[in-house]
Amino acid sequence: MATITGVGAAPLRKEDLRFLTGRGQYVADMKRLDMAIGVFVRSPHAHAVLKGIDASAALQAPGVLAVLTGQDVAADGLGSLPCGWAITGKDGVPMKEPSFPILAQGKVRFVGDMVAFVIAESIEQARAAAELVIVDYEELPAVVGVLEAVSDGAPQLYDDVPGNLCCDWALGDEAATDAAFAKAAHVARLSLINNRLIGNPMEPRAALAEYNPGNGHYTLFTTSQFPHVVRWLMSALVLKIPEQKVRVVAPDVGGGFGVKQFLYGEEAVITWAAKKVGVPVKWVSDRAEGFMSDRQGRDHVTEAELALDENGKFLGFRVHTLANMGGYLSTFGPNIPTNLYAPLLGGVYTTPAIYCNVKVVFTNTVPVDAYRGAGRPEATFVVERIVDVAAADMGIDRVELRRRNMIPKEAYPYQTPVLVEYDSGDPVGCLDRAETVADVAGFASRKAASRAAGRFRGLGYSTYVEACGLAPSRFAGRLGARGGLYESATLRVHPTGQVTVLIGTHNHGQGHETTFAQIVSERLGIPFENVDIVFGDTDKVQFGMGTYGSRSLVVGGSALNKASDKVIAKGRKIAAHLLEAGEQDIEFEAGVFSVAGTDRTKSFVEIALAAYVPHNYPLEVLEPGLEEQAYYDPINFTYPGGAHICEVEIDPDTGVVRIERYTGVDDVGTVINPMIVEGQLHGGIVQGIGQALCEAAIYDDQSGQLLSGSFMDYCMPRADMSPHMDVSTHSTPCTHTPLGVKGCGEVGTIGSPAAVINAVVDALSHLGVTHVDMPATPNRIWRVIQNATLPRALAAE
Amino acid sequence: MRDFAYHQPATVPDAVALLGSVSESRPIAGGMTLLPTLKNRLASPSALIDLAGLPGLQSIEERSFGLAIGALARHADVARSRLVATRIPALARLAGSIGDPAVRHRGTIGGSLANNDPAADYPAAALALGARIVTNRREIPADDFFLGLFETALGPDELITGVVFPAPKRAGYAKLRNPASRYAVVGVFVAETANGIRVAMTGAGNGVVRVPEFEQALATSFAPEAVAHLRLAPDDFASDMHAEAAYRAHLASVMAARAVADALA
Ligand SMILES: Cc1cc2nc3c(=O)[nH]c(=O)nc-3n(C[C@H](O)[C@H](O)[C@H](O)COP(=O)(O)OP(=O)(O)OC[C@H]3O[C@@H](n4cnc5c(N)ncnc54)[C@H](O)[C@@H]3O)c2cc1C
Repeated sequence: MATITGVGAAPLRKEDLRFLTGRGQYVADMKRLDMAIGVFVRSPHAHAVLKGIDASAALQAPGVLAVLTGQDVAADGLGSLPCGWAITGKDGVPMKEPSFPILAQGKVRFVGDMVAFVIAESIEQARAAAELVIVDYEELPAVVGVLEAVSDGAPQLYDDVPGNLCCDWALGDEAATDAAFAKAAHVARLSLINNRLIGNPMEPRAALAEYNPGNGHYTLFTTSQFPHVVRWLMSALVLKIPEQKVRVVAPDVGGGFGVKQFLYGEEAVITWAAKKVGVPVKWVSDRAEGFMSDRQGRDHVTEAELALDENGKFLGFRVHTLANMGGYLSTFGPNIPTNLYAPLLGGVYTTPAIYCNVKVVFTNTVPVDAYRGAGRPEATFVVERIVDVAAADMGIDRVELRRRNMIPKEAYPYQTPVLVEYDSGDPVGCLDRAETVADVAGFASRKAASRAAGRFRGLGYSTYVEACGLAPSRFAGRLGARGGLYESATLRVHPTGQVTVLIGTHNHGQGHETTFAQIVSERLGIPFENVDIVFGDTDKVQFGMGTYGSRSLVVGGSALNKASDKVIAKGRKIAAHLLEAGEQDIEFEAGVFSVAGTDRTKSFVEIALAAYVPHNYPLEVLEPGLEEQAYYDPINFTYPGGAHICEVEIDPDTGVVRIERYTGVDDVGTVINPMIVEGQLHGGIVQGIGQALCEAAIYDDQSGQLLSGSFMDYCMPRADMSPHMDVSTHSTPCTHTPLGVKGCGEVGTIGSPAAVINAVVDALSHLGVTHVDMPATPNRIWRVIQNATLPRALAAE
Repeated sequence: MRDFAYHQPATVPDAVALLGSVSESRPIAGGMTLLPTLKNRLASPSALIDLAGLPGLQSIEERSFGLAIGALARHADVARSRLVATRIPALARLAGSIGDPAVRHRGTIGGSLANNDPAADYPAAALALGARIVTNRREIPADDFFLGLFETALGPDELITGVVFPAPKRAGYAKLRNPASRYAVVGVFVAETANGIRVAMTGAGNGVVRVPEFEQALATSFAPEAVAHLRLAPDDFASDMHAEAAYRAHLASVMAARAVADALA
C-alpha cells in the first residue's frame, strides 16, 4: 500500500533540502565561459530632458564591448514596455498610456530611470566605463507626491497627460451612495496615507541572456515570477522576435513579493544586447540599484466617509483616493489601486451603497505596481480604520459595531455593491475564535498593569476579507486585462508510475513543490516522494501566467487537480480493459482501481506500466501513454478573510510601540499543508507589521531623490521586532475551486496593518487621538502625543 | 568598489610605515564602515592596510585605574568580557547594543572611534569616561579627540592601538536605537568619575558632545528625576528623516534619566 501524504498533512518542505544545503540555482551564480557583464547607467535626476549622450570615452575604456542607448533602441525599431491593463475612467475615458521605453527617450522621469547599458568583459570594467558615459541633462522641477502632482502649476511629466492624471476612475453607484449619506444619523470621516513600500526580496534582480546564431534562439535566465509572460510580452511587443525562438528560465528565485512579477526593461535590454555583442550578457542588481529600480508598492492618499444610521448600521461608504503610479505604467500598475482596491471596500460588512473614486497619478518616482497584497491591504486599511473611527464617534464598542454590520455566515454567497460576490465565509466565527485566543477578556487587567508602569496598552481589530486567486479571465477582461488569468498543469505519469508535474506557476519560497506533490499524492494515491514539480522554464512547461495574487494553489492547484481527473479517467479506461469490466464499474481509491463489489484490482503503477507497454490494451480506442494537461480558468475570485487582533504597548516617553501579542484566525478555505499556511501567515503578518511600524520609501520633495535608499535608512521589520504570533485557521471551503482552497499568500499582509494601527490608536485614545498614519515610528507617536487634543494630566483619568 | 592594493603588515610600525609611504592608503579594521563606503564608491583608496594581523591589539586588560582595551577588540568581545562586566558594566552593555550580531563580530572599538560617526555609541562612552585614545605616537584625551562629524585628532598616518578607560564609580548608558541601522537616534552616557560627573551625548547632531546642563544637575543630585525634565534647546539638535530636532531634544532628557537609572541599577 502506498503511503499517501495528502490534504491536511504537514510534511517538511521538499525544496528546503536544496535551499538549506546551498544547492539552489540562482541567476547571479550562473556563469558562461565568454560571458560579458552589463551595467546600467541610471539617471541621477528625478526629472530632466535628455539632451545627449556621449559614450565615446566609455567605448575606448578597457574591455568595453558596447554602450547601448535609447538611440540604438529607436534605430532597431524596438517597442516599449507594455502595460497589461487598460483601465477605463469615468465617462468611458480610457487611461492615458504614455510609452515606457526600455532605455530613456527624450526625458528621464525618476532617479534610476535607465539611460544607457554598458557591456564589458568584467564587472569592474563595466562599472568604470559606465562612469565615463557623459549624459547631458537639462534638469526640470520634479514632483513626488500625488497631492502636489495634481495641483495647478505642478511639473508635468508628459506633454499629453495634463495634470499628470493617468486616469480618473470610479466604481459604485454614486447616486445611491449620496442618498445613503442624506439619510445618515452620523458620518464618520477619515483622511489617511498608505505609505509607499519597497519590496526588497532577499535576492536582488538579475538576468543572463544568450543568443545562438546557429538557430536564432535566445535564452534569458531571469529572476521572474512569470517567465512565460516575460517571453510573450518581450518577444511580441518589445523585441519583435519570434516567440518560439525565445526561452525564458526563472530558476530558483529568492523571494518575489510582487517585485519580480513585471516585465522589466533590464530583461529586454539584456536579451537584445546578447545578440548585438555576440556573447552572453549578464547583469546583477545590487541592493542600492534595487532600491531605485524595483517596482514599489502602495502610496495612496485617501479621504473616506462612512454613513451610519442611529444604531450604527452602515448605510453608505464613500472613498476618494489619489494613487501614485510613479513615472511610468508598469505591467499591472493601473490595475492595482483600482480593480484590486475598490471592490474590497465592502469588507465583511453589509454596507449597501459604496462609491469609490480613484485618481491614478504620475509622479517623478519609481513606478508603482503590485506588492504583496496589492490593493487589498490598502482597501482593508481604509475600511477597518474607519470602522474604528465610527465606533469612537458614536460611542459604540468597535467589536459590537463590527458584529452589527457583519455578513452572517448564512447570507453567503453574498453580492456586494462593488462587483464582487463572496462565495463563502464566516467573519463572525473568525472573530469569536480570535477573541478567545487573544484573551480579550484579560485585556483590561493587562492594560491596567501597563498603565501602572507608565505605559499605554491598546488592542486593535481587523476583520478583513480579500479577493485573490487571480482571476476569472472573462471578468478580468471586462475590467481591462489584456491577458487571461488561467493556469495550466501537465501531469506526466512515467512508466514506473512516478510523476512529474509541469506547472505554469512559479515557486519562489511558497512551498509549491511540497503542496502540489501533496495534491497529486492525495488524488492518485501515490507516495508523495514519487512526485516532482517542474516550473519556471518555458522550454519545459507548456504555458503559465505565473505566481502572484495568491493564485498558485487556487488556480494552478485547480489545473493540477483537473489534470489528475483526466489521468484517473484514462486510468479507469485502461483498468476496465485489463479487468474485463465496464468502465462504469471501475472504482478508484487510494491508488487502486477495482471492479465494484469484487476483489479484482489493479494498482496505479500497473496501470501506468500498461499505458506504456500496450500489449494488452484497447489501442483502437485509446492512445498509449499516461500524460494529461489541463488549463483551469476560475469562475470567481476566492475570498479569504479572517480576524486579526493585535495588542501593543507604547512607551510614551520615547514613542516606541511594542507588539505584545498577535492573533490571527484566518479562513483560507481547505488547508493542504498547515505548516506552510502557518509560515505564509507569519511572513505576511510581519510584512504588514513592517508597513504599520517602520517601512517607508521617502523621497525628497524638491530633488526627487530617494532618501531611504539603503537598509540603514529603510527599516525592514526584523525578527526582534516580531511578536509571538498565534495563527490558526477557521475555514469555510471555497464553493467553486475543486479543492475548496482560497489562497493564503497575502492574507497576513492584508489583515495586519489595520490591526496594528487600530491597536496603536486604541492605546492613545484616552488622549483624544483618532488616527495615526503609517509607519507609526517612535517620532511620529511622540509627535501625536504632543499634539493630542486632551491634556495628558486629564487623560490620566 | 574599485581596485585597490592590499597589505597585511605584521607589526604596528610596519603598518604605520605603509600608511606613510603608500599614498591614498587607508587602514581597515573590521571593515563594517569602510567596506560599504568602498562598495558605494564613496571612497576609493589606492591601498588597504589590514590591521587584523597586528599582534596583541585584541586584548582586554585590567589596570589599576580601569581597563586597557586593544584597538582591534571587537564589539562582541567587549560585550561578553567578564572583566568589562566587572569594572565598567555600562561599557559592556553599550557594546552589546551596537548594530546586529554580524556587525558586533566584525566591528572594532578602534574603528568605531577613528570613524567618529555622529550616531556611534563608543564615542559617548569614551568622552563620558574620560578615556585616553592610545596611538602609535601618543595618548589623546577623549576631550581632545572628537572634532565633530567624522573628524578626529588623528594624524594622517596615525593608528589607534588601544583605549584606556578609567573605571568610574558608576556609569550608565541608554540609547534609542534607530530601528533600521541600530545606531543611536540619541544615546546618553553618564559617569560619576574621579573628576566629577561627566555626561556625553551621541546622535544629537554633529558628533558626540558633553552636556553641561545634565552634568550640573546630576552633580547636585545623581538621580533620574534630576534630568528627566530638563529640556535642552531643540536648536542644537539635528532634524532628519528619522527624527525631528524637538524629538531628539526630548529624547536627550529621557535617555539621560534612563542612563542614570542604569548606573544606579
Ligand atoms: C548595519 C550596521 C549597523 C551598525 N550599528 C551601529 C551601532 O548601533 N552603533 C555604533 O556605534 N556603530 C554601528 N555600526 C558601525 C560599527 O560599529 C563599525 O564597526 C564601526 O563604526 C567601525 O569599526 P570597524 O572595525 O568595522 O572599522 P572599519 O570599517 O574597518 O574602519 C572604519 C574607519 O576607521 C579607520 N580605522 C579603523 N581602525 C583604525 C585604527 N585602529 N586606527 C585608525 N583608523 C582606523 C578606517 O580607515 C576607516 O576610515 C554599524 C555598522 C553597520 C554596518
